[in-house]
Amino acid sequence: MKTRVFVTLKPSVFDPQGKTIVDALGSMGYAGVRDVRQGKYFELDVDAGTADEARSLVSEVADKLLANPVIESYRVEVDGEGNDV
Amino acid sequence: MKFAVIEFPGSNCDHDAYHATKHVLGQEAEFIWHKDTDLAGADVVILPGGFSYGDYLRTGAIARFSPVMTRVREFADAGGPVIGICNGFQVLLEAGLLEGALLRNRRLKFLCQHVHVRVEQTDTPFTCGGAEGQVLKLPIAHGEGNYHAGPETIAALEANRQVIFRYCSPDGVTTEAANPNGSHASIAGVCNAGRNVVGLMPHPERACESALGSVDGLVVLESVVSALAAKGAA
Repeated sequence: MKTRVFVTLKPSVFDPQGKTIVDALGSMGYAGVRDVRQGKYFELDVDAGTADEARSLVSEVADKLLANPVIESYRVEVDGEGNDV
Repeated sequence: MKFAVIEFPGSNCDHDAYHATKHVLGQEAEFIWHKDTDLAGADVVILPGGFSYGDYLRTGAIARFSPVMTRVREFADAGGPVIGICNGFQVLLEAGLLEGALLRNRRLKFLCQHVHVRVEQTDTPFTCGGAEGQVLKLPIAHGEGNYHAGPETIAALEANRQVIFRYCSPDGVTTEAANPNGSHASIAGVCNAGRNVVGLMPHPERACESALGSVDGLVVLESVVSALAAKGAA
């Protein structure tokens, strides 16, 4: 089953890469881009009978490895689900 | 007294740590491969600097799952002195043996330079030979050294005196200009609640001989030798 995990820095954590990107966009004339937050995107193909099972497995993996809870939060999407958080 | 220097794939300060402890301090030292499952009877564990697993995912994120880390955790839980230097600090944070996280440097640049740090606390095995307020000149070499923790964690660390080193000016004043990477409250190193696990971004092992520009790193490494000698482990 195809799943996707989006890891981003928590809103309270400064993102120097995002800041550099938004500054670069500003100097390119894109003054309308007010903020950029850079994150990581993972595609996980997992063995699971149901979407719930897949979500639970992938969330466990994200908690243990993909995201560092001190600085990051994550969101999981599973194929065939409504894809809310 | 025996130092264990843990080697992960991508460690690159392992030989510096070995040289400093074996040849400069004249102690026993042994490399421990990350897949090993015993610490060869070591009295002190060093997690050295480098780029374990190529810094893939996050610095230290994969190394914390190496087999040897189970032994390192047991050793630390039993009160054994453990020091994580640079990438070793990052591994200890990812492993949860120390609190907080290290973000990309404030200005994104990889920093390779000498800095000054102030010894904040001397009741750890790695600072007991120093003086509170003593300024050490040590090299840094990192891209992710910007110490961060949530407000509750920071408050607890400060209340329990777990901030061990802070970046400072040569005369010992913490200023924004002397904080190379944007670390919260100029934090360069912290310890655990038991005070036996210490992590720091600067490299004491690269500052143990005058030819290298500073011998101030000896304060850190000689501290643990005297701390253990006082306990009778030598």
